[in-house]
Amino acid sequence: MKKYTYTEKKDTRSGFGAGLSELGKSNPNVVALCADLTGSLKMDAFAKDHPERFFQVGIAEANMIGIAAGLTIGGKIPFTGTFANFSTGRVYDQIRQSVAYSGKNVKICASHAGLTLGEDGATHQILEDLGLMKMLPGMTVINPCDYNQTKAATIAIASHEGPVYLRFGRPTVPNFTPADQKFEIGKAVMLNEGTDVTIFATGHLVWKAIEAGEQLAAEGISAEIINIHTIKPLDNAAVLASAKKTRCIVTAEEHQMNGGLGDSIAQLLARELPTPLEMVAVNDSFGESGTPDQLMVKYGLDAKNIVAAVKKVIKRK
Amino acid sequence: MASTAELEKIVSQVRRDIVRMVHAVNSGHPGGSLGCAEYFVSLYFGVMKHNPSKFSMDGIGEDVFFLSNGHISPVFYSVLARSGYFPVKELATFRKLDSRLQGHPTTHEGLPGVRVASGSLGQGLSVAIGAALAKKLNNDDSIVYTLHGDGELQEGQIWEAAMYAAAKKVDNIISTVDMNGQQIDGSTDQVLPMGSLRAKFEAFGWDVLDLEKGNSISSVVAMLKTAKEHTGKGKPVMILMKTEMGHGVDFMMGSHKWHGVAPNDEQLAQALTQNHLEDEADY
Repeated sequence: MKKYTYTEKKDTRSGFGAGLSELGKSNPNVVALCADLTGSLKMDAFAKDHPERFFQVGIAEANMIGIAAGLTIGGKIPFTGTFANFSTGRVYDQIRQSVAYSGKNVKICASHAGLTLGEDGATHQILEDLGLMKMLPGMTVINPCDYNQTKAATIAIASHEGPVYLRFGRPTVPNFTPADQKFEIGKAVMLNEGTDVTIFATGHLVWKAIEAGEQLAAEGISAEIINIHTIKPLDNAAVLASAKKTRCIVTAEEHQMNGGLGDSIAQLLARELPTPLEMVAVNDSFGESGTPDQLMVKYGLDAKNIVAAVKKVIKRK
Repeated sequence: MASTAELEKIVSQVRRDIVRMVHAVNSGHPGGSLGCAEYFVSLYFGVMKHNPSKFSMDGIGEDVFFLSNGHISPVFYSVLARSGYFPVKELATFRKLDSRLQGHPTTHEGLPGVRVASGSLGQGLSVAIGAALAKKLNNDDSIVYTLHGDGELQEGQIWEAAMYAAAKKVDNIISTVDMNGQQIDGSTDQVLPMGSLRAKFEAFGWDVLDLEKGNSISSVVAMLKTAKEHTGKGKPVMILMKTEMGHGVDFMMGSHKWHGVAPNDEQLAQALTQNHLEDEADY
Protein backbone atom coordinates (compact mmCIF):
# COMPACT_ATOMS: atom_id res chain seq x y z
CA MET A 1 0.00 0.00 0.00
CA LYS A 2 1.38 3.33 -1.10
CA LYS A 3 1.98 5.65 1.85
CA TYR A 4 -0.04 8.86 1.98
CA THR A 5 0.80 11.63 4.42
CA TYR A 6 -0.41 15.12 5.06
CA THR A 7 0.88 18.07 7.00
CA GLU A 8 -2.45 19.61 7.87
CA LYS A 9 -6.19 19.19 7.69
CA LYS A 10 -8.03 21.84 5.71
CA ASP A 11 -11.60 22.38 4.57
CA THR A 12 -12.42 21.86 0.90
CA ARG A 13 -14.50 25.05 0.86
CA SER A 14 -11.33 27.01 1.55
CA GLY A 15 -9.81 25.33 -1.49
CA PHE A 16 -12.72 26.72 -3.48
CA GLY A 17 -12.18 30.19 -2.01
CA ALA A 18 -8.48 30.08 -2.86
CA GLY A 19 -9.15 28.86 -6.39
CA LEU A 20 -11.77 31.55 -6.96
CA SER A 21 -9.36 34.17 -5.68
CA GLU A 22 -6.72 33.06 -8.18
CA LEU A 23 -9.25 33.10 -10.98
CA GLY A 24 -10.21 36.63 -10.00
CA LYS A 25 -6.68 37.73 -10.69
CA SER A 26 -6.05 35.64 -13.79
CA ASN A 27 -9.39 35.76 -15.64
CA PRO A 28 -11.28 39.07 -15.92
CA ASN A 29 -14.39 37.29 -17.21
CA VAL A 30 -14.86 35.34 -13.98
CA VAL A 31 -17.67 36.78 -11.85
CA ALA A 32 -19.08 35.45 -8.60
CA LEU A 33 -22.53 35.47 -7.02
CA CYS A 34 -23.48 34.57 -3.48
CA ALA A 35 -26.77 34.20 -1.61
CA ASP A 36 -25.85 35.59 1.81
CA LEU A 37 -23.19 33.00 2.65
CA THR A 38 -20.02 34.74 1.54
CA GLY A 39 -18.07 33.81 4.65
CA SER A 40 -19.27 30.20 4.71
CA LEU A 41 -18.31 29.79 1.05
CA LYS A 42 -14.93 31.50 1.58
CA MET A 43 -15.75 33.98 -1.17
CA ASP A 44 -14.69 36.98 0.94
CA ALA A 45 -11.34 37.47 -0.76
CA PHE A 46 -12.86 37.55 -4.23
CA ALA A 47 -15.58 39.92 -3.03
CA LYS A 48 -13.02 42.25 -1.48
CA ASP A 49 -10.58 42.21 -4.40
CA HIS A 50 -13.16 42.43 -7.18
CA PRO A 51 -16.25 44.21 -5.86
CA GLU A 52 -17.39 45.08 -9.39
CA ARG A 53 -17.44 41.39 -10.30
CA PHE A 54 -19.07 40.14 -7.11
CA PHE A 55 -22.86 40.05 -6.83
CA GLN A 56 -24.48 39.68 -3.43
CA VAL A 57 -28.01 38.56 -4.27
CA GLY A 58 -29.39 38.07 -0.78
CA ILE A 59 -31.38 35.02 0.26
CA ALA A 60 -32.81 34.43 -3.19
CA GLU A 61 -31.19 31.40 -4.78
CA ALA A 62 -33.61 31.07 -7.69
CA ASN A 63 -32.84 34.64 -8.72
CA MET A 64 -29.12 33.95 -8.29
CA ILE A 65 -29.17 31.03 -10.73
CA GLY A 66 -31.13 33.10 -13.26
CA ILE A 67 -28.79 36.08 -12.97
CA ALA A 68 -25.83 33.74 -13.41
CA ALA A 69 -27.38 32.33 -16.60
CA GLY A 70 -27.88 35.88 -17.87
CA LEU A 71 -24.33 36.94 -17.08
CA THR A 72 -23.02 34.34 -19.52
CA ILE A 73 -24.78 36.30 -22.26
CA GLY A 74 -22.05 38.89 -22.71
CA GLY A 75 -19.19 36.49 -22.08
CA LYS A 76 -18.94 36.27 -18.30
CA ILE A 77 -18.10 33.06 -16.44
CA PRO A 78 -20.31 33.09 -13.33
CA PHE A 79 -19.54 31.07 -10.19
CA THR A 80 -22.53 30.83 -7.84
CA GLY A 81 -21.98 30.02 -4.20
CA THR A 82 -24.30 28.73 -1.52
CA PHE A 83 -24.87 25.53 0.47
CA ALA A 84 -25.34 22.36 -1.60
CA ASN A 85 -28.99 22.04 -0.61
CA PHE A 86 -29.81 25.57 -1.78
CA SER A 87 -27.60 25.10 -4.85
CA THR A 88 -29.55 22.14 -6.17
CA GLY A 89 -32.83 20.98 -4.63
CA ARG A 90 -34.11 24.47 -4.02
CA VAL A 91 -33.37 25.67 -7.54
CA TYR A 92 -33.68 22.54 -9.63
CA ASP A 93 -36.02 23.95 -12.22
CA GLN A 94 -33.99 27.16 -12.57
CA ILE A 95 -30.86 25.10 -13.21
CA ARG A 96 -32.73 22.76 -15.51
CA GLN A 97 -34.27 25.41 -17.78
CA SER A 98 -32.11 28.54 -17.54
CA VAL A 99 -28.72 26.81 -17.20
CA ALA A 100 -28.63 23.18 -18.40
CA TYR A 101 -31.24 23.19 -21.18
CA SER A 102 -30.08 26.65 -22.23
CA GLY A 103 -26.47 25.42 -22.32
CA LYS A 104 -25.15 28.27 -20.17
CA ASN A 105 -21.59 28.37 -18.92
CA VAL A 106 -22.51 28.60 -15.22
CA LYS A 107 -20.40 27.07 -12.43
CA ILE A 108 -22.65 26.04 -9.54
CA CYS A 109 -20.37 25.81 -6.52
CA ALA A 110 -21.85 24.12 -3.49
CA SER A 111 -20.48 23.91 0.02
CA HIS A 112 -21.63 22.09 3.16
CA ALA A 113 -22.66 19.05 1.14
CA GLY A 114 -23.65 15.87 2.91
CA LEU A 115 -23.67 14.76 6.54
CA THR A 116 -20.45 16.59 7.44
CA LEU A 117 -22.33 19.86 7.56
CA GLY A 118 -23.03 18.53 11.03
CA GLU A 119 -25.10 20.15 13.72
CA ASP A 120 -27.54 22.04 11.48
CA GLY A 121 -29.20 18.71 10.75
CA ALA A 122 -31.06 17.13 7.87
CA THR A 123 -32.73 20.29 6.53
CA HIS A 124 -29.29 21.40 5.38
CA GLN A 125 -27.54 18.04 4.83
CA ILE A 126 -28.37 17.28 1.25
CA LEU A 127 -27.49 13.73 0.22
CA GLU A 128 -29.27 13.82 -3.14
CA ASP A 129 -27.40 16.60 -4.93
CA LEU A 130 -25.06 14.47 -7.03
CA GLY A 131 -28.03 12.51 -8.32
CA LEU A 132 -30.08 15.61 -9.09
CA MET A 133 -27.21 17.20 -10.98
CA LYS A 134 -25.97 14.15 -12.84
CA MET A 135 -29.43 13.52 -14.29
CA LEU A 136 -29.32 16.85 -16.13
CA PRO A 137 -28.11 16.41 -19.71
CA GLY A 138 -24.83 18.22 -20.33
CA MET A 139 -24.07 18.86 -16.66
CA THR A 140 -20.54 18.09 -15.44
CA VAL A 141 -20.50 16.93 -11.80
CA ILE A 142 -17.34 17.17 -9.68
CA ASN A 143 -16.72 16.22 -6.05
CA PRO A 144 -13.06 16.74 -5.11
CA CYS A 145 -11.51 15.13 -2.05
CA ASP A 146 -9.35 17.72 -0.30
CA TYR A 147 -8.28 21.37 -0.23
CA ASN A 148 -5.65 21.12 -2.96
CA GLN A 149 -7.89 19.20 -5.31
CA THR A 150 -10.84 21.54 -4.73
CA LYS A 151 -8.64 24.54 -5.49
CA ALA A 152 -7.35 22.90 -8.66
CA ALA A 153 -10.86 21.86 -9.72
CA THR A 154 -12.17 25.40 -9.20
CA ILE A 155 -9.48 26.77 -11.49
CA ALA A 156 -9.99 24.00 -14.05
CA ILE A 157 -13.74 24.44 -14.45
CA ALA A 158 -13.30 28.08 -15.49
CA SER A 159 -11.70 26.88 -18.72
CA HIS A 160 -14.35 24.23 -19.34
CA GLU A 161 -17.19 25.50 -21.55
CA GLY A 162 -20.56 24.39 -20.16
CA PRO A 163 -22.46 24.03 -16.91
CA VAL A 164 -20.64 22.46 -13.96
CA TYR A 165 -21.71 21.40 -10.47
CA LEU A 166 -18.78 21.57 -8.06
CA ARG A 167 -19.44 20.02 -4.66
CA PHE A 168 -17.34 20.50 -1.54
CA GLY A 169 -17.77 20.69 2.20
CA ARG A 170 -17.35 22.24 5.59
CA PRO A 171 -15.10 20.06 7.79
CA THR A 172 -11.33 20.00 7.76
CA VAL A 173 -9.98 16.84 6.16
CA PRO A 174 -6.44 15.62 5.41
CA ASN A 175 -4.93 17.69 2.62
CA PHE A 176 -2.85 15.06 0.89
CA THR A 177 -3.05 15.53 -2.88
CA PRO A 178 -0.03 17.32 -4.37
CA ALA A 179 -0.54 21.08 -4.61
CA ASP A 180 0.79 21.04 -8.16
CA GLN A 181 -1.37 18.15 -9.38
CA LYS A 182 -3.23 19.17 -12.53
CA PHE A 183 -6.97 18.69 -12.34
CA GLU A 184 -8.32 16.86 -15.36
CA ILE A 185 -12.11 16.83 -15.57
CA GLY A 186 -13.38 13.30 -16.12
CA LYS A 187 -10.06 11.62 -15.37
CA ALA A 188 -9.93 9.25 -12.40
CA VAL A 189 -6.86 9.42 -10.15
CA MET A 190 -5.13 6.14 -9.29
CA LEU A 191 -4.11 6.31 -5.63
CA ASN A 192 -3.00 2.74 -5.06
CA GLU A 193 -2.60 -0.15 -7.45
CA GLY A 194 -3.98 -3.38 -6.06
CA THR A 195 -5.16 -6.81 -7.15
CA ASP A 196 -7.88 -8.14 -4.84
CA VAL A 197 -10.54 -5.42 -4.91
CA THR A 198 -11.11 -1.89 -6.21
CA ILE A 199 -12.39 0.89 -4.00
CA PHE A 200 -13.83 3.78 -6.00
CA ALA A 201 -14.29 6.76 -3.68
CA THR A 202 -15.28 10.39 -4.09
CA GLY A 203 -15.10 13.52 -1.93
CA HIS A 204 -14.54 13.09 1.78
CA LEU A 205 -14.64 9.30 1.43
CA VAL A 206 -11.37 9.25 -0.51
CA TRP A 207 -9.26 9.64 2.64
CA LYS A 208 -11.42 7.03 4.39
CA ALA A 209 -10.68 4.69 1.48
CA ILE A 210 -6.95 5.23 1.99
CA GLU A 211 -7.34 4.43 5.70
CA ALA A 212 -9.31 1.30 4.77
CA GLY A 213 -6.61 0.32 2.27
CA GLU A 214 -3.96 0.47 5.00
CA GLN A 215 -6.03 -1.75 7.29
CA LEU A 216 -6.67 -4.20 4.47
CA ALA A 217 -2.97 -4.28 3.56
CA ALA A 218 -2.17 -5.19 7.14
CA GLU A 219 -4.52 -8.17 6.71
CA GLY A 220 -2.93 -9.14 3.41
CA ILE A 221 -5.64 -7.79 1.12
CA SER A 222 -4.41 -5.72 -1.82
CA ALA A 223 -6.87 -2.92 -2.56
CA GLU A 224 -6.76 -0.77 -5.64
CA ILE A 225 -7.92 2.73 -4.66
CA ILE A 226 -9.19 5.16 -7.24
CA ASN A 227 -10.36 8.71 -6.64
CA ILE A 228 -13.36 9.48 -8.84
CA HIS A 229 -13.49 13.26 -8.46
CA THR A 230 -15.67 13.60 -11.56
CA ILE A 231 -18.94 11.76 -11.20
CA LYS A 232 -20.04 12.89 -14.64
CA PRO A 233 -18.64 12.32 -17.16
CA LEU A 234 -17.50 9.14 -15.47
CA ASP A 235 -14.06 7.81 -16.42
CA ASN A 236 -15.52 4.62 -17.91
CA ALA A 237 -12.17 3.35 -19.14
CA ALA A 238 -10.59 3.59 -15.69
CA VAL A 239 -13.56 1.88 -14.01
CA LEU A 240 -13.69 -0.96 -16.52
CA ALA A 241 -9.92 -1.53 -16.54
CA SER A 242 -9.80 -1.80 -12.77
CA ALA A 243 -12.93 -3.98 -12.56
CA LYS A 244 -11.40 -6.31 -15.13
CA LYS A 245 -8.27 -6.58 -13.00
CA THR A 246 -9.67 -7.00 -9.47
CA ARG A 247 -13.10 -8.46 -10.34
CA CYS A 248 -14.88 -6.92 -7.35
CA ILE A 249 -15.79 -3.37 -6.42
CA VAL A 250 -16.62 -1.20 -3.43
CA THR A 251 -17.87 2.35 -3.94
CA ALA A 252 -17.76 5.00 -1.20
CA GLU A 253 -19.41 8.39 -1.06
CA GLU A 254 -21.13 10.87 1.24
CA HIS A 255 -24.42 10.67 -0.63
CA GLN A 256 -27.56 8.59 -1.00
CA MET A 257 -27.00 5.19 -2.54
CA ASN A 258 -29.71 6.14 -5.05
CA GLY A 259 -28.27 8.47 -7.63
CA GLY A 260 -24.69 8.69 -6.45
CA LEU A 261 -21.29 7.47 -7.59
CA GLY A 262 -22.01 3.83 -6.78
CA ASP A 263 -25.15 4.00 -8.86
CA SER A 264 -23.20 5.37 -11.84
CA ILE A 265 -20.54 2.67 -11.57
CA ALA A 266 -23.11 -0.10 -11.08
CA GLN A 267 -24.92 1.04 -14.22
CA LEU A 268 -21.73 1.00 -16.26
CA LEU A 269 -20.66 -2.40 -14.99
CA ALA A 270 -24.10 -3.93 -15.47
CA ARG A 271 -23.94 -2.89 -19.13
CA GLU A 272 -20.31 -3.63 -19.89
CA LEU A 273 -18.79 -5.97 -17.33
CA PRO A 274 -21.07 -7.37 -14.60
CA THR A 275 -18.99 -7.40 -11.43
CA PRO A 276 -19.84 -7.95 -7.73
CA LEU A 277 -20.26 -4.53 -6.12
CA GLU A 278 -20.94 -3.19 -2.62
CA MET A 279 -21.84 0.42 -1.87
CA VAL A 280 -20.79 2.47 1.13
CA ALA A 281 -23.34 5.29 1.08
CA VAL A 282 -26.40 6.52 2.94
CA ASN A 283 -29.19 4.01 2.48
CA ASP A 284 -32.44 5.87 1.80
CA SER A 285 -32.34 7.99 4.93
CA PHE A 286 -32.15 11.62 5.97
CA GLY A 287 -29.33 12.75 8.23
CA GLU A 288 -29.62 14.40 11.66
CA SER A 289 -27.78 16.75 14.02
CA GLY A 290 -24.42 15.71 15.40
CA THR A 291 -20.73 16.32 14.88
CA PRO A 292 -19.42 15.40 11.42
CA ASP A 293 -17.37 12.51 12.84
CA GLN A 294 -20.29 11.12 14.85
CA LEU A 295 -22.55 11.26 11.81
CA MET A 296 -20.07 9.59 9.48
CA VAL A 297 -19.77 6.72 11.96
CA LYS A 298 -23.51 6.43 12.63
CA TYR A 299 -24.38 6.39 8.92
CA GLY A 300 -21.56 3.97 8.12
CA LEU A 301 -19.39 6.27 6.03
CA ASP A 302 -16.03 5.34 7.54
CA ALA A 303 -12.97 3.13 7.00
CA LYS A 304 -14.46 0.36 9.12
CA ASN A 305 -17.47 0.03 6.86
CA ILE A 306 -15.33 0.17 3.73
CA VAL A 307 -13.23 -2.69 5.11
CA ALA A 308 -16.37 -4.70 5.89
CA ALA A 309 -17.75 -4.05 2.40
CA VAL A 310 -14.45 -5.19 0.87
CA LYS A 311 -14.50 -8.46 2.80
CA LYS A 312 -18.09 -9.05 1.79
CA VAL A 313 -17.55 -8.34 -1.89
CA ILE A 314 -14.40 -10.44 -2.16
CA LYS A 315 -16.47 -13.44 -1.06
CA ARG A 316 -18.88 -12.76 -3.93
CA LYS A 317 -16.20 -13.07 -6.62
CA MET B 1 -38.06 53.25 -38.73
CA ALA B 2 -41.04 51.91 -40.62
CA SER B 3 -44.21 54.02 -40.78
CA THR B 4 -47.22 53.19 -38.63
CA ALA B 5 -49.04 51.87 -41.71
CA GLU B 6 -46.12 49.62 -42.53
CA LEU B 7 -45.91 48.35 -38.96
CA GLU B 8 -49.66 47.64 -38.95
CA LYS B 9 -49.24 45.56 -42.06
CA ILE B 10 -46.51 43.55 -40.38
CA VAL B 11 -48.80 43.06 -37.38
CA SER B 12 -51.47 41.58 -39.66
CA GLN B 13 -48.93 39.26 -41.24
CA VAL B 14 -47.75 38.18 -37.79
CA ARG B 15 -51.35 37.45 -36.75
CA ARG B 16 -51.78 35.33 -39.87
CA ASP B 17 -48.60 33.46 -38.99
CA ILE B 18 -49.76 32.83 -35.43
CA VAL B 19 -53.12 31.33 -36.29
CA ARG B 20 -51.68 29.25 -39.12
CA MET B 21 -48.86 27.92 -36.91
CA VAL B 22 -51.11 26.76 -34.09
CA HIS B 23 -53.73 25.44 -36.52
CA ALA B 24 -51.17 23.34 -38.38
CA VAL B 25 -50.24 21.34 -35.30
CA ASN B 26 -53.51 21.75 -33.41
CA SER B 27 -51.61 23.00 -30.38
CA GLY B 28 -49.93 26.09 -28.99
CA HIS B 29 -51.04 29.35 -27.41
CA PRO B 30 -52.76 31.73 -29.82
CA GLY B 31 -54.53 34.05 -27.35
CA GLY B 32 -51.54 35.67 -25.64
CA SER B 33 -49.57 35.60 -28.88
CA LEU B 34 -52.20 37.60 -30.76
CA GLY B 35 -52.51 40.10 -27.92
CA CYS B 36 -48.79 40.85 -27.99
CA ALA B 37 -48.39 41.23 -31.77
CA GLU B 38 -48.19 45.03 -31.59
CA TYR B 39 -45.61 44.89 -28.79
CA PHE B 40 -43.32 42.49 -30.66
CA VAL B 41 -43.59 44.33 -33.98
CA SER B 42 -42.94 47.68 -32.28
CA LEU B 43 -39.88 46.26 -30.57
CA TYR B 44 -38.31 44.31 -33.42
CA PHE B 45 -39.28 46.58 -36.33
CA GLY B 46 -39.29 49.89 -34.50
CA VAL B 47 -37.40 50.48 -31.33
CA MET B 48 -34.82 47.78 -30.73
CA LYS B 49 -31.23 48.13 -31.93
CA HIS B 50 -30.39 44.64 -33.16
CA ASN B 51 -28.70 42.69 -35.91
CA PRO B 52 -30.95 39.88 -37.20
CA SER B 53 -28.66 38.81 -40.03
CA LYS B 54 -25.71 38.23 -37.70
CA PHE B 55 -27.13 36.76 -34.52
CA SER B 56 -24.64 36.44 -31.70
CA MET B 57 -25.50 34.93 -28.35
CA ASP B 58 -23.53 37.59 -26.48
CA GLY B 59 -25.32 40.47 -28.22
CA ILE B 60 -22.48 42.89 -27.55
CA GLY B 61 -23.50 46.40 -28.56
CA GLU B 62 -27.07 45.29 -29.31
CA ASP B 63 -30.32 45.56 -27.42
CA VAL B 64 -31.41 42.09 -26.34
CA PHE B 65 -34.85 40.69 -25.60
CA PHE B 66 -35.99 37.89 -23.30
CA LEU B 67 -39.41 36.29 -23.52
CA SER B 68 -40.17 35.11 -20.00
CA ASN B 69 -43.67 33.78 -20.74
CA GLY B 70 -42.36 31.36 -23.32
CA HIS B 71 -45.74 29.88 -24.21
CA ILE B 72 -46.44 32.80 -26.53
CA SER B 73 -43.70 31.42 -28.77
CA PRO B 74 -45.81 31.76 -31.97
CA VAL B 75 -45.65 35.56 -31.93
CA PHE B 76 -41.95 35.47 -30.98
CA TYR B 77 -41.07 33.06 -33.79
CA SER B 78 -43.11 34.95 -36.35
CA VAL B 79 -41.45 38.26 -35.52
CA LEU B 80 -37.97 36.72 -35.41
CA ALA B 81 -38.51 35.17 -38.84
CA ARG B 82 -40.14 38.26 -40.33
CA SER B 83 -37.29 40.46 -39.08
CA GLY B 84 -34.67 38.19 -40.63
CA TYR B 85 -33.31 35.88 -37.92
CA PHE B 86 -34.23 32.73 -39.83
CA PRO B 87 -36.17 31.76 -42.97
CA VAL B 88 -39.90 32.51 -42.80
CA LYS B 89 -40.71 29.09 -44.26
CA GLU B 90 -39.29 27.51 -41.10
CA LEU B 91 -42.43 28.70 -39.28
CA ALA B 92 -44.09 25.65 -40.89
CA THR B 93 -42.02 23.40 -38.60
CA PHE B 94 -43.45 24.87 -35.38
CA ARG B 95 -43.92 22.15 -32.71
CA LYS B 96 -43.05 19.40 -35.18
CA LEU B 97 -40.40 16.71 -34.77
CA ASP B 98 -36.80 17.82 -35.47
CA SER B 99 -37.75 21.51 -35.50
CA ARG B 100 -35.77 24.43 -34.10
CA LEU B 101 -39.16 25.96 -33.26
CA GLN B 102 -39.95 23.99 -30.13
CA GLY B 103 -43.25 24.40 -28.33
CA HIS B 104 -41.51 26.80 -25.98
CA PRO B 105 -38.44 28.79 -27.07
CA THR B 106 -35.03 27.27 -26.50
CA THR B 107 -31.39 27.80 -27.37
CA HIS B 108 -30.96 24.04 -27.45
CA GLU B 109 -31.68 23.66 -31.17
CA GLY B 110 -29.68 26.77 -32.05
CA LEU B 111 -32.53 28.96 -33.27
CA PRO B 112 -31.12 32.44 -33.97
CA GLY B 113 -32.75 35.15 -31.88
CA VAL B 114 -33.37 33.05 -28.77
CA ARG B 115 -30.91 33.56 -25.89
CA VAL B 116 -32.43 31.41 -23.14
CA ALA B 117 -35.06 28.71 -22.81
CA SER B 118 -38.35 29.79 -21.27
CA GLY B 119 -41.64 28.12 -20.57
CA SER B 120 -41.38 27.24 -16.93
CA LEU B 121 -42.58 30.64 -15.77
CA GLY B 122 -40.93 33.32 -13.68
CA GLN B 123 -37.31 32.85 -14.71
CA GLY B 124 -36.84 35.41 -17.49
CA LEU B 125 -36.48 38.51 -15.35
CA SER B 126 -33.55 37.05 -13.42
CA VAL B 127 -31.81 36.04 -16.64
CA ALA B 128 -32.40 39.49 -18.11
CA ILE B 129 -30.91 41.10 -15.01
CA GLY B 130 -27.81 38.96 -15.49
CA ALA B 131 -27.54 40.07 -19.11
CA ALA B 132 -28.03 43.69 -18.03
CA LEU B 133 -25.24 43.34 -15.45
CA ALA B 134 -22.97 41.84 -18.12
CA LYS B 135 -23.70 44.87 -20.32
CA LYS B 136 -22.68 47.18 -17.50
CA LEU B 137 -19.45 45.24 -16.95
CA ASN B 138 -18.78 45.44 -20.68
CA ASN B 139 -19.49 49.20 -20.77
CA ASP B 140 -22.21 48.41 -23.29
CA ASP B 141 -24.96 51.03 -23.06
CA SER B 142 -27.60 49.07 -24.95
CA ILE B 143 -30.88 47.98 -23.38
CA VAL B 144 -32.25 44.66 -22.14
CA TYR B 145 -35.97 44.10 -22.78
CA THR B 146 -38.22 41.49 -21.18
CA LEU B 147 -41.82 40.46 -21.58
CA HIS B 148 -43.89 38.70 -18.92
CA GLY B 149 -47.46 37.53 -18.61
CA ASP B 150 -49.55 39.00 -15.82
CA GLY B 151 -50.40 35.51 -14.54
CA GLU B 152 -46.68 34.80 -14.51
CA LEU B 153 -46.23 37.38 -11.77
CA GLN B 154 -47.73 34.82 -9.39
CA GLU B 155 -44.35 33.08 -9.48
CA GLY B 156 -42.19 34.04 -6.49
CA GLN B 157 -38.94 34.30 -8.42
CA ILE B 158 -40.29 37.36 -10.24
CA TRP B 159 -40.38 39.23 -6.95
CA GLU B 160 -36.89 38.10 -5.95
CA ALA B 161 -35.71 39.52 -9.24
CA ALA B 162 -37.81 42.69 -8.92
CA MET B 163 -36.32 43.35 -5.49
CA TYR B 164 -32.79 42.80 -6.75
CA ALA B 165 -33.10 44.94 -9.89
CA ALA B 166 -34.30 47.97 -7.94
CA ALA B 167 -31.96 47.51 -4.98
CA LYS B 168 -28.91 47.17 -7.22
CA LYS B 169 -30.02 49.92 -9.62
CA VAL B 170 -30.18 47.77 -12.73
CA ASP B 171 -31.41 50.70 -14.81
CA ASN B 172 -30.64 49.36 -18.30
CA ILE B 173 -33.65 47.07 -18.32
CA ILE B 174 -37.16 47.70 -19.66
CA SER B 175 -39.64 45.04 -18.60
CA THR B 176 -43.16 44.82 -19.87
CA VAL B 177 -46.07 42.93 -18.34
CA ASP B 178 -48.78 41.82 -20.73
CA MET B 179 -51.84 42.77 -18.70
CA ASN B 180 -54.44 40.76 -20.56
CA GLY B 181 -56.07 39.73 -17.29
CA GLN B 182 -56.34 36.08 -18.32
CA GLN B 183 -54.66 32.84 -17.34
CA ILE B 184 -55.40 29.18 -17.97
CA ASP B 185 -58.07 28.60 -15.33
CA GLY B 186 -59.86 31.91 -15.84
CA SER B 187 -59.31 35.62 -15.34
CA THR B 188 -56.42 36.60 -13.10
CA ASP B 189 -59.00 38.11 -10.73
CA GLN B 190 -60.73 34.76 -10.46
CA VAL B 191 -57.59 32.69 -10.09
CA LEU B 192 -55.44 34.86 -7.82
CA PRO B 193 -56.17 38.58 -7.67
CA MET B 194 -52.89 40.49 -7.67
CA GLY B 195 -54.10 43.89 -6.58
CA SER B 196 -52.32 46.94 -7.91
CA LEU B 197 -49.25 45.91 -9.87
CA ARG B 198 -48.28 49.56 -10.16
CA ALA B 199 -48.28 49.89 -6.37
CA LYS B 200 -46.34 46.65 -6.00
CA PHE B 201 -43.60 47.48 -8.49
CA GLU B 202 -43.34 51.04 -7.19
CA ALA B 203 -42.98 49.71 -3.67
CA PHE B 204 -40.17 47.50 -4.94
CA GLY B 205 -38.49 50.61 -6.39
CA TRP B 206 -39.26 50.42 -10.10
CA ASP B 207 -40.07 53.28 -12.45
CA VAL B 208 -43.56 52.20 -13.55
CA LEU B 209 -45.22 53.32 -16.78
CA ASP B 210 -48.80 52.57 -17.83
CA LEU B 211 -49.67 51.68 -21.39
CA GLU B 212 -53.44 51.68 -21.78
CA LYS B 213 -53.51 50.80 -25.48
CA GLY B 214 -51.24 47.82 -25.90
CA ASN B 215 -52.97 46.88 -29.13
CA SER B 216 -52.36 50.24 -30.78
CA ILE B 217 -49.09 50.19 -32.67
CA SER B 218 -48.50 53.93 -32.39
CA SER B 219 -49.15 53.84 -28.63
CA VAL B 220 -46.77 50.93 -28.11
CA VAL B 221 -43.99 52.53 -30.19
CA ALA B 222 -44.41 55.82 -28.35
CA MET B 223 -44.34 54.06 -24.97
CA LEU B 224 -41.22 52.05 -25.79
CA LYS B 225 -39.49 55.28 -26.84
CA THR B 226 -40.57 56.96 -23.62
CA ALA B 227 -39.37 54.00 -21.60
CA LYS B 228 -35.96 54.20 -23.23
CA GLU B 229 -35.68 57.78 -22.01
CA HIS B 230 -36.38 56.51 -18.50
CA THR B 231 -33.38 54.16 -18.54
CA GLY B 232 -30.05 55.12 -17.01
CA LYS B 233 -31.65 56.97 -14.12
CA GLY B 234 -31.02 54.51 -11.31
CA LYS B 235 -34.23 52.50 -11.58
CA PRO B 236 -35.37 49.53 -13.65
CA VAL B 237 -38.29 50.45 -15.89
CA MET B 238 -41.60 48.60 -15.95
CA ILE B 239 -44.34 49.03 -18.54
CA LEU B 240 -47.74 47.75 -17.48
CA MET B 241 -49.26 47.11 -20.89
CA LYS B 242 -52.99 46.50 -21.21
CA THR B 243 -53.79 44.17 -24.08
CA GLU B 244 -56.66 42.01 -25.13
CA MET B 245 -56.02 38.30 -25.26
CA GLY B 246 -56.75 37.08 -28.78
CA HIS B 247 -56.79 40.62 -30.21
CA GLY B 248 -57.47 40.74 -33.95
CA VAL B 249 -59.55 37.56 -34.10
CA ASP B 250 -63.03 38.43 -32.86
CA PHE B 251 -64.07 35.05 -31.50
CA MET B 252 -60.84 34.74 -29.51
CA MET B 253 -60.89 38.22 -28.02
CA GLY B 254 -60.95 38.76 -24.27
CA SER B 255 -61.37 35.12 -23.26
CA HIS B 256 -59.06 32.79 -21.39
CA LYS B 257 -60.56 29.93 -23.40
CA TRP B 258 -58.13 30.62 -26.25
CA HIS B 259 -55.08 30.64 -23.99
CA GLY B 260 -53.93 27.25 -25.21
CA VAL B 261 -56.40 26.05 -27.83
CA ALA B 262 -55.87 26.00 -31.60
CA PRO B 263 -58.53 27.04 -34.15
CA ASN B 264 -60.18 24.45 -36.41
CA ASP B 265 -60.25 24.81 -40.23
CA GLU B 266 -63.30 27.02 -40.27
CA GLN B 267 -62.04 29.19 -37.43
CA LEU B 268 -58.69 29.54 -39.17
CA ALA B 269 -60.41 30.76 -42.33
CA GLN B 270 -62.34 33.34 -40.28
CA ALA B 271 -59.18 34.49 -38.50
CA LEU B 272 -57.35 34.90 -41.80
CA THR B 273 -60.25 36.83 -43.31
CA GLN B 274 -60.22 39.15 -40.32
CA ASN B 275 -56.52 39.79 -40.87
CA HIS B 276 -56.70 40.04 -44.62
CA LEU B 277 -53.71 41.38 -46.51
CA GLU B 278 -53.84 42.21 -50.23
CA ASP B 279 -50.25 41.11 -50.63
CA GLU B 280 -49.99 38.51 -47.90
CA ALA B 281 -46.72 36.62 -47.77
CA ASP B 282 -47.76 33.54 -45.81
CA TYR B 283 -45.08 30.91 -45.37
